[in-house]
Formats: sequence, structure tokens, C-alpha cells
Amino acid sequence: MPDKEKIVRVPIGPQHPALKEPESFMVDLQGEKISSIALRLGYNHRGIEKGCEERTYVQDVYLIERVCGICSHSHSTAFVQAVEEIAGLDVPPRAKYIRTLIGELERVHSHLLWLGVAGHEIGFDTLLMYTWRDRELVMDLLAELTGNRVHYAMNVIGGVKRDVPQEQFARITSVVDALEERTKYYVELAMTEETLAQRLSGVGYLSKEDAERFGAVGPTARASGVDRDTRRDDPYAAYGELEFQVVTDTRCDVFGRAVVRLGELMQTYSMIRQVLKKMPDGPTSVRAPLKIPTGEAVSRYEAPRGEDVHYVRGNGTDKPERAKVRAPTLANLQSVAKMLENGYLADLPIVVAAIDPCFSCTDRMVAVRGTSESKTMNWEELVQYGVRWYRERGIDLSNVKMRGEVTA
Amino acid sequence: MNESETVVQELQAAFPFLAGRATVQRERRVWVDVDRDKFAPVFGHLAKNLGFTNLLMITGLDAGADLEFIYHLARSRGLIANVKVRCPKGESVETITGTFPGGHIYERELIDLLGAKIDGLPEGSRYPLPDNWPKDEHPLLKDWKPREKGAQDA
Repeated sequence: MPDKEKIVRVPIGPQHPALKEPESFMVDLQGEKISSIALRLGYNHRGIEKGCEERTYVQDVYLIERVCGICSHSHSTAFVQAVEEIAGLDVPPRAKYIRTLIGELERVHSHLLWLGVAGHEIGFDTLLMYTWRDRELVMDLLAELTGNRVHYAMNVIGGVKRDVPQEQFARITSVVDALEERTKYYVELAMTEETLAQRLSGVGYLSKEDAERFGAVGPTARASGVDRDTRRDDPYAAYGELEFQVVTDTRCDVFGRAVVRLGELMQTYSMIRQVLKKMPDGPTSVRAPLKIPTGEAVSRYEAPRGEDVHYVRGNGTDKPERAKVRAPTLANLQSVAKMLENGYLADLPIVVAAIDPCFSCTDRMVAVRGTSESKTMNWEELVQYGVRWYRERGIDLSNVKMRGEVTA
Repeated sequence: MNESETVVQELQAAFPFLAGRATVQRERRVWVDVDRDKFAPVFGHLAKNLGFTNLLMITGLDAGADLEFIYHLARSRGLIANVKVRCPKGESVETITGTFPGGHIYERELIDLLGAKIDGLPEGSRYPLPDNWPKDEHPLLKDWKPREKGAQDA
């Protein structure tokens, strides 16, 4: 029985306790050890579900894509799949393969991002520099294929917006080859670098029973030996036609979560090659009605962090009666309190980061839409545009020096 | 017979009142429509005896005079059972945290966004609305509209 007088309560957050994302932890400490923890969430609530009810299905695809900056394709795919099921649309096979391709490339960029963050949280910033350098390869590839590094806007109700032509396959293969080589190096590093194993082993322990009881998902659950992956269990897009293994681990700690993600990266490279090899010819979308009939559907998607679950109910109009989103972090945060109990305060950032909580990271623009027609701006034009935009709203930035020494 | 049909048959064998109210939508999707007073035994049977050990989420809807709750349960190999229950606005449903301790967050969401009343839910901070959000405003109710930009608090 802990002596109540010796307990110190430390508030951590809501300003980024582990990542640049708000979340509040009220931690009770006994010495260096955490005796209990209380979570407060909701700082990022933006009312997207209500927003969906007030917009058309076509607009909702864009809104839903912005649930997350990293798993943007995951959320929009889960949403359009549900709408397509209600509308009885038969999505062409090529569109399903393209969705799978973008989904797996998204997983590569997300897992590499996580590996870097994990390195950073334990003071191994070299790993951060290496993995984020590599991540640029896949980000640039995504920009080439879709027009943007994140928020690819590939999905439309009934298929995908853009084709991925044969000419781009060689480029995709070369990026996948390069990334596979580098991932092999990280796998070797994880298995042989003793400081890494010692720092992460036994940290943030979550037993298989607790993972199941608290509904953990994705790599967090699989690293606790829960053999669950929506891509295999409830196949969508082209996953039913691909061969892959669900990577699990029985270490139940942060090290296990790293091993699972590295293993998944290797599986993903193989899946991307299979997609390119098997991609069928044909149309990339079918025409979808603007008004979606009455009906309801539940759609699941194995996002990089775990399972996305979407529920949509149609009422015969062009706006949904209800759109409900369950992102994987919400499911995983239930387990975090358990992982941290009896752990050390110094482990808190890496334990929280190990579930890979989700945050937005869109800070680069490829093209900016002008007032009448879309056009690409260079940096200087963009600054001018910004100065003008603010001046029209009564804020004068003309005396502020910006990069490029622009004074308007 | 596929797995979904087996689940429906097992449910109807255990609860004859579910005849015609437990249906297969498609492969791996089962829907169960149950009255509020029969919800606990049906839900418990799915979770404890039929292997639906994974609570995916709870969807809440404003259905006019009632609130409608859909409990999405999954079991291994991708099968989902969606259990629907209706509850008149202002009345309460039992918590499911006895079976799924992680489910409290989904129930708090129903309370904040729809004004649901959940019996037996352990104490805890609200989710997802801020602490100073008015207690009687529930944004997912159909008659709730956001205030005009710049409008003063009442």
C-alpha cells in the first residue's frame, strides 16, 4: 500500500508530452516510479463528425482525409469504402490496387517517421537523421504519384482520382529497393546494437491479456502477441490477393514494438512489388451518384498505427445522416496507462511515443490554388501572396522582413 | 453456411426474441437489433460466449425522440457484430465497462456529444469537449447549431 504522503503529483502536458500533439497526463509519483496515471484527451477535437453531416459526401472525402496528417489515405479509404458499400458500387480492380499501393507507401513513411521519433526520444538522434532522410524518398515518390507529400486526395467515391501509369513503376521499384536496403540496416542495428536493446527492453510492458482487454490495435497489439491485422482478417482493397505475413512479437515492450514495425516495413516492400506485378488493366473509377441511398455500413482499415473504424449511415440525400470515425490512437491510449504503471518517469516519453500517437505534419506546399485558376508559386510569390492576404484583412506585414528580403 | 450465418443462428437459439432482428448484411457483418431491457444479456452472450472480445467503438445517433447506440464488436478473423439499441432521450443505458474497461472513453463521448446517460460509468474527466463547455449543449444532436462567429456567451 503506497504511503499517500510520499506521492508527488506531476502534470505532464497538455503541450506535447511526447510528440507535438496535445494530451494531458496527471502522473502520481513515488520516488522515480509512476504509481498511477490519469489521462485527459480531447484538446484536438475539431468537430469533424458534425462537419460531415453538414457537407456532401464529395466534400466529406476531403474533410475526412484531414482527420490525420499522416494516415490521410487510411481515413479517406475507410470512409469511401463504407459509402461505396451503401451505394452498392463495384469499385474497379485497378482502383483497389492503386489504393493498396498508396496505402502501403503511406505505411512506409509513417513507420520510418516513428523509428526516427523513437530514436529521438531515447537520445539516439543519429537514428532520427538517418530514418528521416530515408523517409524523404517515399515522401517525394508520393508527391510524384499523387501531387502531394501528404493528403494525397487519391480517393473518390467509386475509385481513385488518378491512375498510376506503367511508366512510373520503375521509379517506384527503385525507391522500394533503396528503402529495403536501408531498412535491412536498421533491422541489423536493432538486433545487434546493445544500447538500443537495453534501453527499450522491458520498458512499457503490456501483457497479451491487457492488450486484448483494453482493445489495443496495430503494432502495439501485435508486439504483445495479439495476432490481429485487418488486412488479413477483414480484407479490403487488394489485400485479399496479396501474400504477406502478419508480424507479431512476444516481447510485449517498446523494443518489441520497434521489431514489429521494422518487420512490417519488410513485408510492405514485398507487398508493393506484388501490387506492381499484379496490377490489372482497366478503369480507375466508376461513376458514383451524388445522393447515396438509405443504408449503413462499417468499414475497417489497417492504418500504420492500427485499425481505423468508420461507420456511415446514408439517408437518401447527398449528405450523410452520420459519419463516425474511430482512429487507432484512441484505442491504444487505453493501454498507455497500464504500460506506464510501475515504470519510471524517465520512460514516459518513449512509452507514449511507442504507440505512435497521431499528429499532423503538413508543412510543405507543392501547389497553391489561385483565385481563378490553379498555379504553382515560388517562395517569393508565396510571401507576396501572404502579405497581400493579411493586408486585405487589415494586418500590415509590410515592415516585417522575411526570408528572401521581401518588403511589399 | 458461413460464419456470419452461424452466429445469427446461435444468437436466435439463445434468444428466441431475436428472430428476424439478427441479420447478416454481407460476409463478416452481422447486425443485431435489441430492446433496451434485453441488451445486457445479448451483449454479454456475444462478448463472453461467442468470442466477440474486441470492442471496436460505439456509435451514437440522434434518432428523433430516441438516441440510438450501435456497439461494434469484433472477433478473430474479421467478423463484426453490430448491436443496436434505442433509448428515449433523458433515460439511461447500462455501462459496458464491466466487460470492456477500455470502453469508458467511447461512453464518455456519447455523454458529451449526444447527452446520453450511462449508468455505472466510473468517475473520470470528460471527453472530448473542453471542461468549460456548457453541460447542456451536445453538438451531435440534430437541432444543435454552432453559434455565429463572434457571438457572446449567454
